[in-house]
Amino acid sequence: MNRTRTAAMPKTARHTIHPVAWWGWALLLATAAGRTGNPWLLLLIVAVAGLVVTWCRGSEPWSGAYRVFLLIGLSAIALRMAFYIVFGGSDGPTVLFSLPSATLPEWAAGFRLGGDVTAEGALAAAYDGLRLATLLVCIGAANALASPRRLLRSVPAALYEVSVAVVVALSVAPQLVESVGRVRRARALRGNTSRSPANLMRTVVSPVLHDALDRSLALAAAMASRGYGRAAGIPVPARRATSAALLIGLIGLCAGAYALLSAATPAPLAWTTVAFSAAVSVFGIAFASRRVPHTRYRPDRFGGRDWAIVASGAAAVIGTVLSGIHEPAALWPATNPLTVPDLPMWAAGGILLATAPALLAPSSRGGTP
Amino acid sequence: MNPGGIAFDHVTFAYAGTPVLDDVSFDLPEGEFCLLVGPTGAGKSTLLKAVNGLVPHFTGGTITGRITVAGREIRDSTPADLADLVGYVGQDPLAGFVTDEVERELAYTAEQLGVDPAAMRKRVTEIVDLLGLADVRDRDLAALSSGQRQRVAIGAALVAGPAALVLDEPTSALDPTAADEVLSALHRLVHDLGVTVLLAEHRLERVAQYADSALLLNGGKVTAGPVGEILGASPIAPPVVELGRLAGWPGPPVTIREARRHAAGLRGALAGHQPIASAAPGRKSASSEAGPPLLEARGVRVDYPGGVRAVNGVDLIAGRCERIALMGRNGSGKSSLLWALQGTGKRSGGTVAIGGTDPAARKPAERRTLAGLVPAEPADLLYAETVAAECEGADRDGRVPPGTCAKILDDLVEGIDADAHPRDLSEGQRLALALAVTLTAAPPLLLLDEPTRGLDYPAKEALAARLGKLGDAGHCVVVSTHDVEFCAEFASRVVILSDGEVVADGPARQIVAASPMFAPQVEKVLPGWLTVSEVAEALGRSETSGTAASGTGDDDRA
Repeated sequence: MNRTRTAAMPKTARHTIHPVAWWGWALLLATAAGRTGNPWLLLLIVAVAGLVVTWCRGSEPWSGAYRVFLLIGLSAIALRMAFYIVFGGSDGPTVLFSLPSATLPEWAAGFRLGGDVTAEGALAAAYDGLRLATLLVCIGAANALASPRRLLRSVPAALYEVSVAVVVALSVAPQLVESVGRVRRARALRGNTSRSPANLMRTVVSPVLHDALDRSLALAAAMASRGYGRAAGIPVPARRATSAALLIGLIGLCAGAYALLSAATPAPLAWTTVAFSAAVSVFGIAFASRRVPHTRYRPDRFGGRDWAIVASGAAAVIGTVLSGIHEPAALWPATNPLTVPDLPMWAAGGILLATAPALLAPSSRGGTP
Repeated sequence: MNPGGIAFDHVTFAYAGTPVLDDVSFDLPEGEFCLLVGPTGAGKSTLLKAVNGLVPHFTGGTITGRITVAGREIRDSTPADLADLVGYVGQDPLAGFVTDEVERELAYTAEQLGVDPAAMRKRVTEIVDLLGLADVRDRDLAALSSGQRQRVAIGAALVAGPAALVLDEPTSALDPTAADEVLSALHRLVHDLGVTVLLAEHRLERVAQYADSALLLNGGKVTAGPVGEILGASPIAPPVVELGRLAGWPGPPVTIREARRHAAGLRGALAGHQPIASAAPGRKSASSEAGPPLLEARGVRVDYPGGVRAVNGVDLIAGRCERIALMGRNGSGKSSLLWALQGTGKRSGGTVAIGGTDPAARKPAERRTLAGLVPAEPADLLYAETVAAECEGADRDGRVPPGTCAKILDDLVEGIDADAHPRDLSEGQRLALALAVTLTAAPPLLLLDEPTRGLDYPAKEALAARLGKLGDAGHCVVVSTHDVEFCAEFASRVVILSDGEVVADGPARQIVAASPMFAPQVEKVLPGWLTVSEVAEALGRSETSGTAASGTGDDDRA
């Protein structure tokens, strides 16, 4: 036995936080980011997410997700800037430099390539990129705090089969990568370095697929011998009703979320759509869950602290809503003329409240990021 | 018929017209630890899978007859329906894991069966204690050692409280210590829980001592009986039984302790003899002093991301004709070292020279003419549809005259069907094919990574003989293995690795005798002797020369 690796991992406080709470918190923070274009607020959200991740994450392999998403966010800003420089966008009087320009033909009218690059336009593009980056960072924070697998474990029993399929798929991906590596090394042993597609197909793709097939058969056999797919006993009409309710609910939720984020739809309509679809989904899930014969081993419980974490995330959204009422101009700062944007106080206060989890659920690694 | 155990009543199974099991009947009482013995390809896995319905539900084929487990007839049940009755553990635990954490994995079957959460929690805790997994229960499965993984797999099969546990080569991929962990845990289960255990294994030297009874499956027929009797008559038997057969000990004994009790006479008979180096094929002593060394590796280091140092400053100097066994626990850096020596694998520091050339600096096609490596999964090297096409491909890859590879293969092993698919060959044949493909490039240094997995005793002997011949032909052969019996047959020199460092290096006889973990069975009974063939050869010599010693031997064997 490898003693050095066997040292028992201390149970951290983080374990008691429900993964749904973390994902709820992070998604609410992302919603707040989606409701503003103010760079101060966006940077504040990135900082809050970073602080909570450093304080609350554990030492699992996925805990590094925040940094990865931060890098993806930075590249999103860079990409947005590059798009602005090439394709243009909003313009202003302050020309930084000019590129040779070309106007696209009739059928693509409205687009120009190259041309003047203005400070105002660049700033607007940067704000836009920053907003996208902040959304990504929020998702990264959720990943770092609770792995998607732990989240899947909390899905209602009715969705059990789906969650198993997703979990298996999640574990197959790294295995596939490992398998490709092994086969490529073996290929080098045969001195076969030809890069022709036909050769690659025969010497890499086909053995890897063969391997994957063998593996999935072994897994299927193992799962069957451990009781997976035991006569589940759900009557067909009930199963269909559940699927229909879930599908309608999910489509409704997507539409409602889109309506909420876009300014064109009246808010009451959007909220009604969301509420109705949520009710349909909950009904479908609850209806099906009662008939599922499986039980859960040590399910994560949703307690007071979990509610508090979700509430702190909601505070950020409420802050941006209040700012939208009282100081809408600060929420979407203009870049033409060039000014230093104001900090909307309501939104900033709400976002600061979202740091609460750092105090509510400090990790055992506390303070040693 | 007993109510608690496993019973087969005239069971016949045929797959695509080929009979695998032929009128098999046996009856295992409740709580018995039974060992299933048979040559490779005899259908051991088929028999095991029939117990929990994987055969025929997963494989197809036709089965007739009656199988009862704990009094329940399983004819119409799927494997999932039998999950509460039969636990099944395969050879590679990783391939069967559904979740990624120890506790979740243990609870999986109970979740499927809808066990009440409180009862489930109690059950998981009991299993964790029973299998000694307490200090790893919160960890990821990927972070466990191979022995721990196999114990988790056994625990996971036991959580539902099955009446029978079926294991297909649970210790084949494990090093001796990890295998001992797993087997003693199993032994405890039989005593504490009264589970009926049916276990198939190639490494009989490890399991025979734990078993109450044995089944011999050969040519589709099953013979049941006490372990000693069955092994005594079996074509597949561990060295200690072979030794007992040779010396005519009653039983024959299956454990080292029993054998030692009988050994006094044989020791006396061998008193005047020395095991001679030529007893096994190709046991010609090699001298690394003669001429410049073929392989010169100094300070080889291999680092992996995450600060893991797999190989830490290994020096290895080897000459032609040497047969080196690289031994050590799972994860001690054997494979990493072999790959680094070949040059295709990663090397973070140190120098390697094969005949004065650094293989890592060469192109793959040139590298393989310096050192050939047969990976742990020989099938990775093979990608043609037929054996013949594989050989032609190897000739093309190596730019050698057509027919070279086929001829090498013919020399290594006879009777391989040239039209067979490489994946349909037996483990031993597939290994021989991969070896032939590697040898097509005529590398002076030949490296094999764990070649004995899945091979039965005759196949291992054949492999040792083949590698011995290659050694005699001037190759330097390095094999990483934790199979001590194979090492005794094959090696002239043993290098033991631990945590990436060489802890022992010297002549096989000396190194192996000094280590209780790596000593073969014969050495444990007759110190100084490594294999049964050595002993047989010495006895043969003394009989022909008619010395007094041979008289003692005969008395003893009478």
